[in-house]
Amino acid sequence: MKRIATILLFSVWAPTGWSAGSAIDLLDAKVNLEDTASLQRGAGLYVNYCLGCHALSFMRYDRMGRDLGLTNDQVSENLLFAADKVTAPMDISMRPEAARNWFGVTPPDLSVISRSRGPDWLYSYLTTFHADPNPSRPFGVNNVVFSDVAMPHVLAPLQGRQEYVRGEVPADAREVHALGLAVNGGDILVQKSATMSDGSHVPVVDRLTVTEPGELRPGEYRKAMRDLVNFLVYVGEPSRLDRQAMGFWVVLFLIVLALIFRALYKEYWRDVH
Amino acid sequence: MKALLTGLLEWTDARFPATKLWNEHLARYYAPKNFNFWYFFGSLALVVLIIQLTTGIWLAMFYKPDAELAFGSVEYIMRDVEWGWLIRYMHSTGASAFFIVVYLHMFRALLYGSYKAPRELLWLIGVLIYLCLMAEAFFGYLLPWGQMSYWGAQVIISLFGALPFGVGEALALWIRGDYVVSDATLNRFFSLHVVGIPLVLLGLIAAHIIALHEVGSNNPDGVEIKKHKDANGIPMDGIPFHPYYTVKDLWGIGVFLVLFAIVVFYAPEFGGWFLESANFVPANSLQTPEHILPVWYFTPYYAILRAIPDKLTGVIAMFAAVLVFFVVPWLDRHPVKSVRYRSKLFRLLLIVFAVTFLVLGWLGVEAPTPGKSELGLRLGELYFAFFLMLWVYSKERTAAFSYGLFLALVVLLMIFDSIRYDESKQALMMWSALLPLGYFIVFLLLPVHTRLNESHAVPERVTS
Amino acid sequence: MSNGLDTARRRFLTGAATVVGGAGAACAAWPFASAWQPSERARAIGAPVEVDIAKLEPGARLTVQWRGKPVWVVRRGEGALATLPALDATVRDPASDEPQQPEYARNPHRSINPEFLVLVGLCTHLGCAPSYVKAGEGGLGADWKGGFFCPCHGSRFDYAGRVYQGVPAPLNLEVPPHRYLSDSRIRIGEDGETA
Repeated sequence: MKRIATILLFSVWAPTGWSAGSAIDLLDAKVNLEDTASLQRGAGLYVNYCLGCHALSFMRYDRMGRDLGLTNDQVSENLLFAADKVTAPMDISMRPEAARNWFGVTPPDLSVISRSRGPDWLYSYLTTFHADPNPSRPFGVNNVVFSDVAMPHVLAPLQGRQEYVRGEVPADAREVHALGLAVNGGDILVQKSATMSDGSHVPVVDRLTVTEPGELRPGEYRKAMRDLVNFLVYVGEPSRLDRQAMGFWVVLFLIVLALIFRALYKEYWRDVH
Repeated sequence: MKALLTGLLEWTDARFPATKLWNEHLARYYAPKNFNFWYFFGSLALVVLIIQLTTGIWLAMFYKPDAELAFGSVEYIMRDVEWGWLIRYMHSTGASAFFIVVYLHMFRALLYGSYKAPRELLWLIGVLIYLCLMAEAFFGYLLPWGQMSYWGAQVIISLFGALPFGVGEALALWIRGDYVVSDATLNRFFSLHVVGIPLVLLGLIAAHIIALHEVGSNNPDGVEIKKHKDANGIPMDGIPFHPYYTVKDLWGIGVFLVLFAIVVFYAPEFGGWFLESANFVPANSLQTPEHILPVWYFTPYYAILRAIPDKLTGVIAMFAAVLVFFVVPWLDRHPVKSVRYRSKLFRLLLIVFAVTFLVLGWLGVEAPTPGKSELGLRLGELYFAFFLMLWVYSKERTAAFSYGLFLALVVLLMIFDSIRYDESKQALMMWSALLPLGYFIVFLLLPVHTRLNESHAVPERVTS
Repeated sequence: MSNGLDTARRRFLTGAATVVGGAGAACAAWPFASAWQPSERARAIGAPVEVDIAKLEPGARLTVQWRGKPVWVVRRGEGALATLPALDATVRDPASDEPQQPEYARNPHRSINPEFLVLVGLCTHLGCAPSYVKAGEGGLGADWKGGFFCPCHGSRFDYAGRVYQGVPAPLNLEVPPHRYLSDSRIRIGEDGETA
């Protein structure tokens, strides 16, 4: 009885690591919120490919336009398809029940996804979709960092068909585990380590490679995904650049204030012997 | 103009003890002149309290304590309310700052024996404040209604379910007001977080300050300045709190605010320690997040809870780890207050305790591998051993007492280890047993054979 | 204790700490005061609204909501416009001297385009909603030329929203900022570049 209670308790609240998401080394998203052009391209990609299913309901079109250096008219013309007013939140028109029917899950709102998953995870996720012939996969694709994901690869027209090519695993390997992802030319490598029966480790490298090109070359596709992730990082916390810009002056002011207080303290304490 | 102000003051003083209060608590409150770094944290705790109250009142103007709306209302504050993000980050950073400051403040009391007579009640009120702060933090953490909020509350409330005879389950149900953490739970936690606990907290803080000013401040030398007064009845080693300590505390507050602003503006999540990433996912009662951990200020206790492989014992140990602070004044009866004049071993004891607490805090956020669980358990033993040693070190102990206690403790450890014996962890248990064993050899047996546990002479007056 | 006390320096430092600290406190108070401003959401809800007036018949009135207030668009026929000059002597503020309209609507017909009158439909007396009463209707007497009548306290307004003399309402009905996007579309809540 006690044992069961203990297991129950710890299965509910069992930390297995710090950052959310994957345990392997992810690709570096190298986001840059100062790069307005990248944010604008990311916004375009999001509106065209993601906003059909994933709302950003905490984000308003006009606020986004202001922060991304776009006028309301530019936003209306280029980005406003799912709502009728620039002051509207970036909601979706799809009903949650319909989505449940199609995908088995409701596509989550992505307003703060960059804060729960982190930019590197998002970037790795968006770049590691690959064909998976397993009949259990409803859309014929799978993902390296989010296995058995319910989402179809909606960006396939851009990326093309990416295949997962397994590296050779030594026959007497006891166990293989993934270490991390790396970019190699047009391919993405999944670096693994095989533990041999004698305890030694042998590297194994799986490869993601585009076999049928899409509209973008692999490098261009990754750049586009970087823009998209950059945009999502912006959406996660629109006030971030303001915060950092302002922080400098606040801290500077407080340092001056602290120094004045220090001088005052030293002056008064000349009395104390 | 000046005459008018004086007149106004006189008018007030005839009706309200304004000048009297000012003098008693500031201008003619004589504090020892030898306060050091550790004495900044009391006033800093007040500063953080003011930050939390102000930002909290403002957040409550926009927050919605409703399971459907809570998560969205936090994002509403972060995006749509003017400066809402700053107010929210100040509040979330302030929560962690409160605990940092309070932990340092408490450690100061351990360093200089500030809980000893005549300050036992002052310390007790302080521990009550600490308990209130923990409750306040726990209730507040549910409010953003993220996954971590939700499951953290779920787990902590389940702890009460460990109580036997069906009492626990009934109690947990009563706390939640539902079969799982739900809207009802959120509403009562909100009420307690914004009204209930703050009222108690304010009362206790007032009592803490009144008690302090009644008995007078301790100091790094642990000598009573009231013993040496001049002809006017003013302590010779005392200086008026105002202006001397008000200006000194201002300098401390200045430095604190610089650090506080750096976190608020550049690292409000503080690498996941102050704001956890899983809390950016709305609460979902059907899906437990993969990685759940309490906020850092609870993790030392959480590590103790988790290390003990029995639910009820773990829960008892966790609560005991907090409540044991109440009896500290009656455990440590050594006449010397300050660590400055206590033995080398006592100094080491405090250092080991601080390290134990920090490592336990780190273990509380780590995945429970067998090695880490074992370490957690041993450090839990050291945690409680510290309080035992406070009592042991209260006076000079005979060799027979020391050896007897040592043997008793070793037997106790062996009994405990045989209860939790697990063949797969045999080697681990043997090796890790060296930790408490070494601890007891150093702190119980060394005093018998060396002069490492000899206190030094305490000076009559404070040293500057 | 007071040997070699530098009072001037002490006073200067106290002053500096007070001034700089006070400035800091004022700056810190600013975000808290600003947080009470209408939020981004409130402003989004109160954003300008667009009205299509193509289907509005002469003499008809259309009501839209802007910032939670009713805004009327009335299409005035030739007859209605013709009543205005004759009423100059009986209304309180015939030349629209009070700032109850944007500069571009400060003209005899109180509108950009004489045909379309845009008004905030709240009586300037105590905020009731006046009704639209055409000439001879509503039992307002034979000399009623048509306009707006507030049922609460009997205030009367003409076809330009000008208040009659001798009624409780002190001011003309308010003309909200608005502009023409095209001949048939008006955006209410936003000033146009041209009058």
